[in-house]
Amino acid sequence: MADHSSSEGPSPQNAYRPDALAGEDIDAYLTRHQHKTMLRFITCGSVDDGKSTLIGRLLYDSKMIFEDQLASLESDSKRIGTQGQELDYALLVDGLAAEREQGITIDVAYRFFSTDRRKFIVADCPGHEQYTRNMVTGASTAELAVILVDARKGVLVQTRRHSFLCHRLGIRRIVLAVNKMDLIDYDQAAYDAIVADYARFAAEIGIEAFTAMPISGFKGDNIAGPSEHMPWYTGPSLIEHLETVELGAADAQDRPFRMPVQWVNRPDLDFRGFAGLIAGGTIKPGAALRVLPSGKTTTLERIVTFSGDLEEAVAGQSVTLTFADEIDCSRGDVIAAAEDPPQVSDQFEATLVWMDDDPMLVGRAYWLKLGTQTVSASVQEPKYEINVNTMAHLAAKTLTLNSIGVAEVHTEKPIVFEPYADNRTLGGFVLIDKLTNRTVAGGMLHFALRRAQNVHWQPSDVTREDHAGIKNQTPRVLWFTGLSGSGKSTIANEVEKRLAVMNRHTFLLDGDNVRHGLNKDLGFTDADRIENIRRVGEVARLMADAGLIVLTAFISPFRAERQMVRDMLPDTEFVEIFVDTPLEIAEQRDVKGLYKKAREGKLKNFTGIDSPYEAPENPDIVVNTVEMTPGEAAEYIIRQIMPLK
Amino acid sequence: MTRILTHLQRLEAESIHIMREVVAEAEKPVMLYSVGKDSAVMLHLARKAFYPAPPPFPLLHVDTTWKFQAMYALREKAAREAGMELLVHRNPEAIERGINPFDHGALHTDMWKTEGLKQALDKYGFDAAFGGARRDEEKSRAKERIFSFRTATHGWDPKNQRPELWNLYNARKAPRTRNGGESIRVFPLSNWTELDIWQYIQLENIEIVPLYFAAPRPTVERDGMLVMVDDDRFPLEGEQPIERWIRFRTLGCYPLTGAVESTASTLSEIIQEMLLTTTSERQGRAIDRDAGGSSMEKKKQEGYF
Repeated sequence: MADHSSSEGPSPQNAYRPDALAGEDIDAYLTRHQHKTMLRFITCGSVDDGKSTLIGRLLYDSKMIFEDQLASLESDSKRIGTQGQELDYALLVDGLAAEREQGITIDVAYRFFSTDRRKFIVADCPGHEQYTRNMVTGASTAELAVILVDARKGVLVQTRRHSFLCHRLGIRRIVLAVNKMDLIDYDQAAYDAIVADYARFAAEIGIEAFTAMPISGFKGDNIAGPSEHMPWYTGPSLIEHLETVELGAADAQDRPFRMPVQWVNRPDLDFRGFAGLIAGGTIKPGAALRVLPSGKTTTLERIVTFSGDLEEAVAGQSVTLTFADEIDCSRGDVIAAAEDPPQVSDQFEATLVWMDDDPMLVGRAYWLKLGTQTVSASVQEPKYEINVNTMAHLAAKTLTLNSIGVAEVHTEKPIVFEPYADNRTLGGFVLIDKLTNRTVAGGMLHFALRRAQNVHWQPSDVTREDHAGIKNQTPRVLWFTGLSGSGKSTIANEVEKRLAVMNRHTFLLDGDNVRHGLNKDLGFTDADRIENIRRVGEVARLMADAGLIVLTAFISPFRAERQMVRDMLPDTEFVEIFVDTPLEIAEQRDVKGLYKKAREGKLKNFTGIDSPYEAPENPDIVVNTVEMTPGEAAEYIIRQIMPLK
Repeated sequence: MTRILTHLQRLEAESIHIMREVVAEAEKPVMLYSVGKDSAVMLHLARKAFYPAPPPFPLLHVDTTWKFQAMYALREKAAREAGMELLVHRNPEAIERGINPFDHGALHTDMWKTEGLKQALDKYGFDAAFGGARRDEEKSRAKERIFSFRTATHGWDPKNQRPELWNLYNARKAPRTRNGGESIRVFPLSNWTELDIWQYIQLENIEIVPLYFAAPRPTVERDGMLVMVDDDRFPLEGEQPIERWIRFRTLGCYPLTGAVESTASTLSEIIQEMLLTTTSERQGRAIDRDAGGSSMEKKKQEGYF
């Protein structure tokens, strides 16, 4: 590699020059390359800090560019390049057609190169603000970050943002690459000033150490070897540094053993193994294990692999474990060192990075995926949002695309976790929208809230089955949903009267009535509507636990919240009844005069007028109030839900 | 004492983790098996991921009827040894119209492969399909997620990909409707390079199609490409096939796959040749170059794997 003189401009002649050893003694070469390690890193820079050029250069200097690629690079450089007649390395990596046209990188791209010592996976991340989510994505799998700074511009707002995000994502190895040194005549004083400036900022945000180097991605200075233009710099070149920097394996293996169970392997009755990727620690047969959340203990019997049983396995390996006893263990459980297990909780403080066009809805139920656990979860109003340019904490009601904040997260059932700072696998999670299935946020758990740890479920001796048995009925929650004025309360009332006649024990929860008491602190914003339904859902669940048939009459405009209540209850107990009345008809009726007020603009956030109603996609029962009277609708519903025993 | 895993051990662990996630979360997964070296590695990893059980999904070969004979032979053997069901799909319309690489040009790939694949996935209702593509192969692949979503019509929208953080994969899809459903293409070899693949084949002693090794084979020259005359459907234009020492760097339909002259007959020699060579792997394939620089991206938006 030393034969790539940095002063000599690149030319097709020195494109791909393979390692001499590969030609002379291929087996020696292969043996050496079989023992390579791997480093994943991320490059961050602003739009024109020369990031793509640097990566193109790394590929070029590590001989990953072939003649045919170089030939098309040459012709592309002349046609659409931005470097005059010289090679435009950026064109090697700016892959998608749209990017080529706009001259920017719009998504995370992964690049590969390797040297004698290491294979590298580079996450090439866009620098402009609207793509924070891509940077966070790239940083999530990186052990090291190369922060690029244009030597002519110094530390910019973007530099701070990238450094902050990398630090927050847990990257502890940071390289400050002061690029384009050729454009400031390799001036040492200017370089020193930039490094000093960055050091002040790094200390402010808690970055303990970083490695700075002056480079030119375009000219190749300090990329693969020392630069003859900067004799004053005596540190390693970028590639040397990347090849020798210590990997995080030691940290991961020194921690207590953890393995989230991905899949239970049960080919026949004689074998039951638990497959997973070890997320921390080291394990040997005979080790004492604890399965969480159940807390049951056992002993490790075998570490099974296709190539034979192992005597030891370490963090980063995919294995299959068998136990000495038959204890319950399934996907989502975490197998851990018995004497040092991770925590279990259902309320947390977390950092969230919002990644979706739709803003976060406080209280809405999202899927939370952490390790191999997927549970329903909701986010409380943010404690604060972080301005990623100034690191200032701002008050916020919600989080929107590319914003980052700290909030409480509540999960529907307890999950096994560790703080993100201790274990990325057991502390990093994503939130998934239940309807669109999009990944809407990434998150990092800080700690469990004390109140969750101290509040335990009190088991009662009289069970919900007992309650229902005494009443000789099956509990149900008959959930009426529809526009204001559709007839929900009227029909629900008719249904309840009929059930009472049949000696059923019922209770009707009505939207207006609940807002006079339990929910009188709530208004009609989206977040308040969600909280309104959550509380009503919880009350309905308690009543169903008591054995009652509960009828609820709420507009409940969002599918997600109706689904949330359905998820709270045992299968089949939630009956969604869609009172299907077209908006014109409901507005004509306007029993409470609310539509008129809304049309006049005196009432904000009114469903159907300036706030959406999401009709059920698969309701259990539909009643059409244009064709049926309230009495007929009630009879129809009763017929659908019988026999109720 | 810390044990630092090698790059191949880490890549293997990652691929196995990906496959297990798919099996745990998808309803009906399938592994697309093209019989090439990447497929061979992918199949081997699947056997490791689920050992001692056989991989809990079938193999699917989208056949064009124009593959090399040696590929068909290994296909049957590999499936048998893995204890897996082998499904073979041939686009009935392409059979009926006699679509072939000699008379139909780009239509051959489109009908047999792109359309054939869509048909097969719809026919069996697979909601997740493993593919052996690697990010180092081509520029648009470098930006594709490991779990890559396809619409009900199998389209790929590069601007609308789900963020993929840590090793957390979101495999949720909209429920199937009468018009089919969303599906996922999963690429467990995303982070492998060509050299990684070859080293792993050597290290793990994985069987590959003998055509990767050099031997004397009957060839003719077409459009500057050396093509092997693999059966008597090859329309000779008066020429006599010439026996040459050749091998293949990638395998596809035999009339479309260019051979390289070589004497490399062991894995070490193949790797050596690969390291000493100066052109990239896909150059031997006609498919990447027919519409300028973004041809693969365009094909994928249309549903090519």
